[in-house]
Amino acid sequence: MCLGVPMQVKTIENEMAVCEIDGVQREASLMMIDNVRVGDYVLIHAGFAIEKIDAEEAQLTLKALREALDMGLVPE
Amino acid sequence: MKYQAEFRDPQLAEGLLKAIAATSCDYPKNITLMEVCGTHTTAIYQHGIRALLPEKIRLISGPGCPVCVTPVTYVDHAVALAQRPETIIATFGDMVRVPGSSSSLLHEQARGATIKIVYSPLDAVTIAEKNPDTDVVFLGVGFETTTPTIAGAILTAARKNLDNFYVLCSHKTMPGPMAALAGDPELQVDGYLCPAHVSAIIGANAYQPLVDAYRVPCVVTGFEPLDVLQGVLMLARQVINGEARVENQYNRVVKAAGNRKAQKLLKQVFEPCDADWRGIGNIPDSGLRLRSDYVRFDAAQQLPVDIEPAVEHQGCLCGEILKGKVRPNDCLLFRTTCTPEDPVGACMVSSEGTCAAEYKYGT
Amino acid sequence: MKSDVILLGHGSGGKLSHQLLDELIVPILSGVDQRDQNDAAVLAAQQGRLAFTTDSYVVDPIFFPGGNIGDLAIHGTVNDLAMAGATPLAISVGLILEEGLAISELREILESMRAAAGEANVAIVTGDTKVVPRGKADKIFINTSGIGVIEHDLEISGSNAQAGDKILINGTIGDHGMAVLSCREGLELESALVTDSAPLNSMVNKLIEELGEQLHTLRDPTRGGVATTLKEIALQSQIEITLSETALPVNPSVGGACAILGMDPLFVANEGKLLAFVAAEVADQALAILQRHPHGKQAAIIGEVTATNPGKVRLKTTIGGLRAIEMLAGEQLPRIC
Repeated sequence: MCLGVPMQVKTIENEMAVCEIDGVQREASLMMIDNVRVGDYVLIHAGFAIEKIDAEEAQLTLKALREALDMGLVPE
Repeated sequence: MKYQAEFRDPQLAEGLLKAIAATSCDYPKNITLMEVCGTHTTAIYQHGIRALLPEKIRLISGPGCPVCVTPVTYVDHAVALAQRPETIIATFGDMVRVPGSSSSLLHEQARGATIKIVYSPLDAVTIAEKNPDTDVVFLGVGFETTTPTIAGAILTAARKNLDNFYVLCSHKTMPGPMAALAGDPELQVDGYLCPAHVSAIIGANAYQPLVDAYRVPCVVTGFEPLDVLQGVLMLARQVINGEARVENQYNRVVKAAGNRKAQKLLKQVFEPCDADWRGIGNIPDSGLRLRSDYVRFDAAQQLPVDIEPAVEHQGCLCGEILKGKVRPNDCLLFRTTCTPEDPVGACMVSSEGTCAAEYKYGT
Repeated sequence: MKSDVILLGHGSGGKLSHQLLDELIVPILSGVDQRDQNDAAVLAAQQGRLAFTTDSYVVDPIFFPGGNIGDLAIHGTVNDLAMAGATPLAISVGLILEEGLAISELREILESMRAAAGEANVAIVTGDTKVVPRGKADKIFINTSGIGVIEHDLEISGSNAQAGDKILINGTIGDHGMAVLSCREGLELESALVTDSAPLNSMVNKLIEELGEQLHTLRDPTRGGVATTLKEIALQSQIEITLSETALPVNPSVGGACAILGMDPLFVANEGKLLAFVAAEVADQALAILQRHPHGKQAAIIGEVTATNPGKVRLKTTIGGLRAIEMLAGEQLPRIC
């Protein structure tokens, strides 16, 4: 089951990170990704960070949807 | 931003629904879109998306539930291992109630077996560490989102020199079955919503061969409601314009080449093999087995047990359901003999099975 | 008491048993003098109907954030009486103790029970204690039974929900189940999740006093969560319920924990919540009553009743879709209360 949850990295020690969502924290392994920093948002699945979430892309997606809605246009 | 609530915004959802309606209103045919991921199946039901879409856009579920496509004989194998003395079966929750030919892990637990539900395969490694005199078998069922985590667990067990940690492997890969379905003359699929997190690992490019061979649009789609709606819109546009490309809706997570490091981990521990998909049959190169360097962790090879002959229940339409050919309501057993409390097939018992979802959420 | 753990002798009825009762259990739970202890508690005759309920508690772990098996037991029985519209009068406590249970843990549990009974203004009047050998029970199991008095004539019941009713809840959902689950071994979640276990009888009294006949149904959504309880009522009353997802109060941490574990707060147990079905005209008044109460600060109107599809419960999702709510099938969470 792809229970991928977006969580924020709070602390990193070796290859393990403590990640948090809404005050709930869990350890996750960083074995599968590189260049993670405290404060980054990552997708956590089965105790592993499987990918970083690209904040810029997320913003762009939402921005495009909002603009399209405002203009009554069909979003791209 | 926390990446969940923002992608459930009701106003943006309305905008997308209007766009979908506007795009498709003049199209004379039905548009059938298939998702191949249990999480998409559940998300579509949980947010009530089907009924919000124009009637001509049909969302169907394919073989996206790893538990559902696992042959009955795997469950029987797990049951046989559970009956071994000094053995702990560690598993994700959804395997526990899946019916085998004559028993299930839940039944074995009532009869004295030790079954531990874990959230992460690493937890199973910890259990092995804490119980050195017991054999710990982790049930390795899942697609490419999960298999790298099992690879990670095996590497961790190797590093710790554990000799009592095993995996019973039934790992499967996409997009093999997607090609099998695209090539099926009885099935009309106009486009695929490609699984979000499997794609995070294998990359959006992984679907290019499918597009090249079958000219079927593929859109990598996230799991939040806005993601699903945007994915549907992008597919509808392609279908209506007669296009067939790979597009990536979920680009805040999925890269074109995917997660290289995770792919490396996978390749280090596993190699492709043929696999049996319940309902579809054997698909070449659609499974993963342990490489010889790691075969010492293979429960099937290291812990021989007698497995009973597999019995498929009569009347169970899981096979056809998994191919998207019939819906749960077409099955005579649905809601009558086959219910979540008393499941006949895996589609009903797995939390993300099509029948379970229809039973729990269908209006 | 010389031993720091429970011994088999503590359940045998002999000297050790009496020591346990006289030095620990009775003084803490009821303070009744030895001279007044008989085989049965005798209660004065009551005016009105009597309500009677029983529950057993096997929650694991026995201590969880914000509570323990003891106060959980008292709250649970008090609430069952309250949901019937009864004022709790007396509670019995049956203890099954595992040989080896630490006396200090038992003491803490008993003291919580006394405090909980005090807050609910109910007396613990009788009880029983048994000890079983190590391994034959998991530390401590508790049974509580309760008697309450219904002084009014109102029919507050699961079959009395009516078309047009509004549905209220006194606060956030899923807190108890997730708090208990978060400390289960193997799930390792760090959080500020806390049980919502609380006595609701004073809240119910206010509802009855001020709403009278306009209060149709009360039920506490324990195992199986809000979803299962609403489905029960929909079937009992043969009405249809439509819930609003945006109106459901959910603690963000509960949402986060549920997301990680793949659970739905609607199906997670609560121990300090009630669902009230009231006539539409008094919905706002009912909301105000709940919000004024210490255990109702986050109360909300979460749904409404229609007569169209009897027995059905549906959820209007945040994006405007609809999905069916069925009863919880199988076991989402074992040993949650």
